[in-house]
This record gives sequence, C-alpha cells and structure tokens, in this order.
Amino acid sequence: MSKTIAIESPENKKQSEGIGIIETGYYTFSNPPDELILESGKPFGPVTLAYETYGKLNNQKTNAILVLHALSGDAHAAGYHQGDIKPGWWDEMIGPGKAFDTDTYFVICSNVIGGCRGSTGPSSINPDTNKPYGLGFPTITIKDMVNAQRRLIDHLGIPKLLCVVGGSMGGMQALQWAASYPDRVRSVIPIATTLKHSPQQIAFNEVGRQAIMADPDWNGGNYYAKVPPVKGLAVARMIGHITYMSDISMNNKFGRRFNNGKKHPRFGAEFEVEGYLHYHGDNFVKRFDANSYLYITRALDYFDLSNGRTLFEVFKGIKAQFLIIAFKSDWLYPAYQSKDILKICKLAGIEATYCEINSTYGHDAFLLEIEEETYLIRHFLKRVYNGYVMVEAHGI
Amino acid sequence: MIPLIEYRIILNWILDKSSVLDLGCHEGELLSLIVKEKNARVHGIEINEQAIYKCVELGLSVSHQDIDNGLSEYGDESFDYVILNQSLQQVKKPDVVLKESLRVGKKVIIGFPNFAHYKVRCQIFFRGKTPVTPSLPYEWYETPNLHFLSISDFIGYCQRQNIRIIRTAFINNNGKAGILPNLLAQTGLFLISK
Repeated sequence: MSKTIAIESPENKKQSEGIGIIETGYYTFSNPPDELILESGKPFGPVTLAYETYGKLNNQKTNAILVLHALSGDAHAAGYHQGDIKPGWWDEMIGPGKAFDTDTYFVICSNVIGGCRGSTGPSSINPDTNKPYGLGFPTITIKDMVNAQRRLIDHLGIPKLLCVVGGSMGGMQALQWAASYPDRVRSVIPIATTLKHSPQQIAFNEVGRQAIMADPDWNGGNYYAKVPPVKGLAVARMIGHITYMSDISMNNKFGRRFNNGKKHPRFGAEFEVEGYLHYHGDNFVKRFDANSYLYITRALDYFDLSNGRTLFEVFKGIKAQFLIIAFKSDWLYPAYQSKDILKICKLAGIEATYCEINSTYGHDAFLLEIEEETYLIRHFLKRVYNGYVMVEAHGI
Repeated sequence: MIPLIEYRIILNWILDKSSVLDLGCHEGELLSLIVKEKNARVHGIEINEQAIYKCVELGLSVSHQDIDNGLSEYGDESFDYVILNQSLQQVKKPDVVLKESLRVGKKVIIGFPNFAHYKVRCQIFFRGKTPVTPSLPYEWYETPNLHFLSISDFIGYCQRQNIRIIRTAFINNNGKAGILPNLLAQTGLFLISK
C-alpha cells in the first residue's frame, strides 16, 4: 500500500498542505490458472493494477471511496510524486478538508486495465512471448476495467465502497460498478458521463484512432522497439482537446490571438489555439501509449450499460444513492445524457440528486469546476456516510 | 417572504411517513420541515442552480430541472403528495403541470398569490398600475410570475376539470381569512385530487 509522508520545508509548503508525497502501489493477480475472465469470454492474466490510496481505512471499513479516472488519467489522483512539480490529476478534490476529505475518508484510485501508466496494457510484456503485447492484447471493456478493480478492492479488504466516483470514462466505470456489484456500492457520483456512447462520441474516437493508425510509425501496433507513432497520437490528442473545450472557453482562452514572438514555418502554429493544441499533443505522447489509446477508446465506444437487458432491469437491482453532475457547456457528454441517468434512477425508485453546473469550460469542467463540485460532493457524502454509520449501528 | 403559517398548514395536511414531491422546492425549507416533522420520503425539483446547492446542503435529494418539461419519469400515483407552492403561477404551462401533478401524486397541494385581493384591486383601479403587494412583491419588469389568477379562478378551474377540492386555507397578513377569501386572502392553499 502507498504511504503518505508529510514534508515541512517552506519550499514544499504547497505540497505539505494536501496529501504530501505519495508513492504508487502495484497489485498483481489473475495468475494462471485463475485468470480474469474478460467480457469477451477470454481468460487473461496475470494482471497488474497500479493504484494509490489516500487517508486511512477505518476499523469498520465503511469509509472507502473509489475514484475512477478518465481516458488519459492514471492512478496518481492526488499528492505529489517525489521530485514532481505538478500534483495528481484531481488533487484539488482529494485531501484534508477537500471534497473527498482524507481526514474522514479512505480514497483509492487505480489505473485501468488496458492503460499504460503502471497497469497491464498493450505496452506490457506478454509473459508468453517476452515481448510487448501490442495488438495481441485482448479487447477490453469498461466492465473488464471494473472487474479488475473489484479484485483490487477485495485485496484491500473492503466489503462495500462508500462511494464510486468519476468523470467521463470514470463516470461510466462508476455506473458499471453500481450495475455489476450492487451489494458493494453505497453511493455513485457519475460526472459528465453517459449510459451509452453516442454515435457522435464514437465518431470522434474513430478519427483519433485513424490518426494513430495512419502514422507509418504505428506499424500495425508493433513499434515498441522503434519510434512510436508520436505524430498520429498527437493528432488524436488534439482532436480530443477540441472536444473537451467549448466555443466560449476557446474564445476566452485564445480569441484570435497570434502566437507572437516566434518565427513560424508556413502553416505552422500561428494562432494561439494552434499552439495550445500542439503543446498538448506533443506532451501527451511523452506519457501515453498509442495502442492504449486505441484499446481504451474502443472500450468507451462499446460502453452501453444496458448490455442486452433493459435499463430498468439494470437499475432495479441497484441500491446505491446517486449524485449526478453535468455541465451546461459540455457538448461531448451533453447534459441530456446525465438527465437520462436521472430519469432511469427515478423510474427505478433510486434516490438521486442532479445538478447541471452553469460552466463555460465544456467537458473539461469536471476537472475545473472545483468549488461547485466540492460543495455538492461534500454534503452528499456526509449524508451517505452518516446514514451508513447509523444503519450499521442499528444492524449491530 | 413566504410566511411560516403556509408551511404549518401544508404540514398539517401531510400524513406521517408519506412520500412527497415538491415542484419548485426553492432552497428546500419546506421539504426539510416535512422530513423532520413527518418522517417523509421526499424529492424536490428546482430550476435555480444556487437553490440546488442549498438543498444539497440540507441533505435533500433534488433534481435541477424545469418542471415545464414534464414529469414523464414518474409513474402514475408514485407520490402521496405533489406540492406546487408558489410555483404554479411561474410555469409556462400551468394546465399541463397541474394535470401531470394530479397524475403523479395521489393528492396535490397548491399555494399561489391571490390576484383578486382587495389591495391588488385597489392598486389597479385607483392607481392604474401593476400591483406590488406583500404576496406579489415584484415590479412588472422583474416578476417571475407568468400567470395571474385569483382564488375564484382556481375554484372555477377545478369545477370545470372535475378536480376534487379536499381542503382549502386562505391566508392574509393577520392569519387566516375567515370570510370573503377572494377579496381578503393574499394567498390561497388547496389540497386537491382527481
């Protein structure tokens, strides 16, 4: 398990205010012959999940919250890795006194199966061949991600999670948790997400995948000993970033301003918005594997929580309470998709709260509208947790 | 702005341990009273985002939605009571919202400002101006009220639509208006059913 060490020197003041220095932990399971059975029916193993934990699990094991990351996220949700300047991706939400208050709750975040940030994915070594899996990696679904996480939660000795929470793909995992393991989830916070991927969402992912596969360096997914398809992956990321923002947020951030002070080649990044996209595209390839991008976007596209059943059947079995959050300017995961979650909760008699935050940030809002999210989540969790403590006490 | 007496009357009409849907629940003051005093299972629908935060702070489950978009996600008679307190006059389609409320709730509680109160009549008649009174506190250019109805209007509507009026309460500054409610009451409260 990862450890928290607070450091007190003044230059690290900011770091010591929150979680402090954190280390990623690893859990390996599913060794043959007890492999994880994937949704496709294929047995797969061994599987390693990278994960981090913040705060302390209480004696009754009733305060555990599983935070689920989005497409490009990882296990490092909060605190600082030794030597890093930037904290984890949801550091503003996780820590003492924050929305997920680590003085009260035990927070877990793991990198998904199929990922490239410490968990088993296409860039991992296949023990049968001693080479990276590449396209030999099996197809992965959101359900597979959740089934793998369940093994980690078992390993951590947590019978029931107080809350599963995530934005975007993290929200899909949260919904899948509630559907697959209704007895192990007390509450669900799906943020800027959907019950099923829409044709528009699939279409954007497909353009991203085509960009990667059109890069000659991709080489059928076999590039690990050579130059990776950085151009293709960067373009995929650029398309992603366009869909994460909104017309207003782009106007506010860049306007029609030029990238001054630099000499640009013909059709170079003359506009600020182009510079931004290039910067994020180029940075992304340093930390992300192109094949993981293909596999994970495919998992997103396959996502349909009903999965052959009616949504009513799926939700009828769910016992958790819901806090559903959407953002007004999010056109990638529009608010109507969150309202569909609310609607099915109501039809199934599930207690649900819904808020559409008036944000201009587009889909990115789930990482940026900290104040509003904190307010909603803190009070919601307090009610769920207090209710939980009460019910447990009566049970004894 | 809304006097407590309205809340007390509504609370008296609600049976213990019932289920309540509040359409236009504002900051959840009434709903949290209903939870505390009636041990009820409640849900609120509210269009104002800031009010939603207040409701969540009170521990209520609420939906940030527009009741003019209908209540299609609720089955027939899925609540013991549906409340429309000071919100019916603010929706675009009161007729639709009322019919939906009567479908979803076994009983419906309605509260609205009476546009035929004598002070309202006087302001229109003598001053020739859009009335501003304690129960209609807004200027014409900033009012959230889209419809202006009187107690007599509502009773007439219920008669034409075959809606059963189970209980009524008529309120003015001094408490309950005993006589001539359409002239003397600032607020009308109705408990109705199909």
